[in-house]
Amino acid sequence: MDQILFLAHTQENGLLPASALEALTAALALKSASGASELVVGLVGASVQAAADQVAGCGAARFLGVAGAEFSVARYATDAMAAEAICKASAASIVVAPGSSRWHRVLPGVAQRLGGVADTHLTGLNPSGAGGALTVARWYYRQRMEAVIQRQRRPWFLLIDPGSQLAYVGAVGTATVELLPVQPGAAQLRTAFKGYRELSSGVQTIRPEAKLLFVAGAGWTKKQADGQPHVKEAETLILSFLQTSRASLGSSKSLVDLGGEGQAVLSFLTHLNQIGQTGSTPRHPKGLSTCCHGEEPHAVGWRFINERRAINLDANCGWARGKADVLYVADAFAVMNRVNELLAAK
Amino acid sequence: MSMVLQIVVCGSIVPDPLQTLEPVTTPAGPGLKNEMMLPAVLDPWASHALYEAANLAKQNPGSKVWLVSLGPKAKLQQVMMTVAQKVPFELIAVDGPAGGFTEASQTAAALAEAIQAIPGLDKSRLLVFGGWESASRGAGVTMQMVGELLGIQDQFQGVDEIKLQPDGSFEVMERVEGGRHQISSCAGAPALLGWATGNLPEPKNNPQVGMLNMRTVGPALQKAKPFKPAATDVTFVSVSLPKQVRETRIIKDKTADEIARELVEWIKQ
Ligand SMILES: Cc1cc2nc3c(=O)[nH]c(=O)nc-3n(C[C@H](O)[C@H](O)[C@H](O)COP(=O)(O)OP(=O)(O)OC[C@H]3O[C@@H](n4cnc5c(N)ncnc54)[C@H](O)[C@@H]3O)c2cc1C
Repeated sequence: MDQILFLAHTQENGLLPASALEALTAALALKSASGASELVVGLVGASVQAAADQVAGCGAARFLGVAGAEFSVARYATDAMAAEAICKASAASIVVAPGSSRWHRVLPGVAQRLGGVADTHLTGLNPSGAGGALTVARWYYRQRMEAVIQRQRRPWFLLIDPGSQLAYVGAVGTATVELLPVQPGAAQLRTAFKGYRELSSGVQTIRPEAKLLFVAGAGWTKKQADGQPHVKEAETLILSFLQTSRASLGSSKSLVDLGGEGQAVLSFLTHLNQIGQTGSTPRHPKGLSTCCHGEEPHAVGWRFINERRAINLDANCGWARGKADVLYVADAFAVMNRVNELLAAK
Repeated sequence: MSMVLQIVVCGSIVPDPLQTLEPVTTPAGPGLKNEMMLPAVLDPWASHALYEAANLAKQNPGSKVWLVSLGPKAKLQQVMMTVAQKVPFELIAVDGPAGGFTEASQTAAALAEAIQAIPGLDKSRLLVFGGWESASRGAGVTMQMVGELLGIQDQFQGVDEIKLQPDGSFEVMERVEGGRHQISSCAGAPALLGWATGNLPEPKNNPQVGMLNMRTVGPALQKAKPFKPAATDVTFVSVSLPKQVRETRIIKDKTADEIARELVEWIKQ
């Protein structure tokens, strides 16, 4: 019988991030399917009481915590130490955790330390899969193929991809947290947190929670029908659309790379906006691609975008080949201009 | 004053992203159809790590870059013909499978062993670089395990920038949620950095660099240690391509106004 540990870290306000509540859903499903298994909640943060109270009603047998100023933000050495202590104290054989940036960069290392294994970017979890045993699903080759796997080795760390599960909802209560004494030494404190850097332009364009992903391709900077590029106009159109629609901005590689090559490029774009093979694979219910060809290395980043539409001058672009639901063969400048007018009028 | 660094970049080869991939079952588990025939490239995020390493080495005279690559020898040889033209490095090849379905912990063990065998390795000068995720397994697991095996506790992932100070300490910028970066400062080597895109464009091919590199690439491939993965604990229940190909509705004859109205309606739904 597996001993299940749900392992999470707090966010800045002391509560659990959405990705953690989603991972808890997965942990609870595992626990209820395997009957006799026990669920332990493990929390790491500056202080963990508020987070424990937030999930007090989840039916955990124990709440373990590692708390203190050293654990308030991501740092490999201290996070690894905290996670290791909680894993050991819980005697976990299965560790379910959110695939947040903070955990993603440390838990596979902890798995190694404990002689276990880690699988990341899990998009599905079936407690009674093949042979009645736990199976997990994840993608290989940058979302090109999906595998369902099982493992014998323990502890097995399962990092759940944010957005792939429904978030746990439960009444706030009062949890009794057993705090573990974990004391980082000089060797764990060689790295110090300095702060976060917002985008240099000051314009927030990446919104993981947005309903719509708006993708801008290199076409926005190319010569148009009049033989001229219209980069400033493109910038205004895109920014004004982002403002009214609250969409998240994605980009093709070609467009962000132009910046590095010193060409005129949209000033608010960085590599963080890039979608695809060497960019991100965000999750949004809808996606609208504009002036982007939809080549495979770009389109693999659309794996988790449900409804897809594209605007391109070229009726034979990649989107036409089964990659989008609708392709509008049209000038994106004209269409987006009108879209902005309509949105502003509402 | 500059810092003499030993920068070891871990980077393997992956199928060219423009190729269509299809899974097949082999006696050794899942693999790719025509895997050995597919054109390969150096794993993209690892190549960024390599360019950043070379740049750092250049700014810190006396520093050296190694590229530790685990892959089938014949494929490594092909890929090195181009990679060797980019930036100066010494290749350390390990001859074994590099596909996405291989086990990260085994790959990590082979890489750590190869790194530890580098003559004159000095941990106080060691920066281990790699991609934050491969384009094959895409898990972001291997580098952390390499770090653990080498006893490196200062690890960073999704790195876009490193700023080295004259005293050997450095500042690192890592990707976090919501399009932000986390900035940390680290006392210095040894450290491990899993790179995202970084800030450098792909270097142009330089035949002179190529000639210098090729002097060591050939011998490195010749003495590549064979790596044969042991049986793992994984069972692949299935490996499949996404089934859904969309039936694209191609709309050619609507005005910008009509399209805009349709889009606004759709966005609002
Ligand atoms: C190793 C590797 C990794 C890669 N990783 C990625 C990745 O992560 N992400 C990624 O995006 N790409 C990636 N690529 C690159 C990819 O193959 C394409 O080159 C890239 O996606 C093309 O970008 P694009 O469609 O914006 O530009 P282009 O191919 O230049 O297409 C521009 C499009 O704009 C259209 N257009 C122009 N003007 C208008 C207008 N007024 N209205 C409507 N349409 C217009 C044109 O018809 C054209 O289709 C990778 C490639 C390699 C080799």
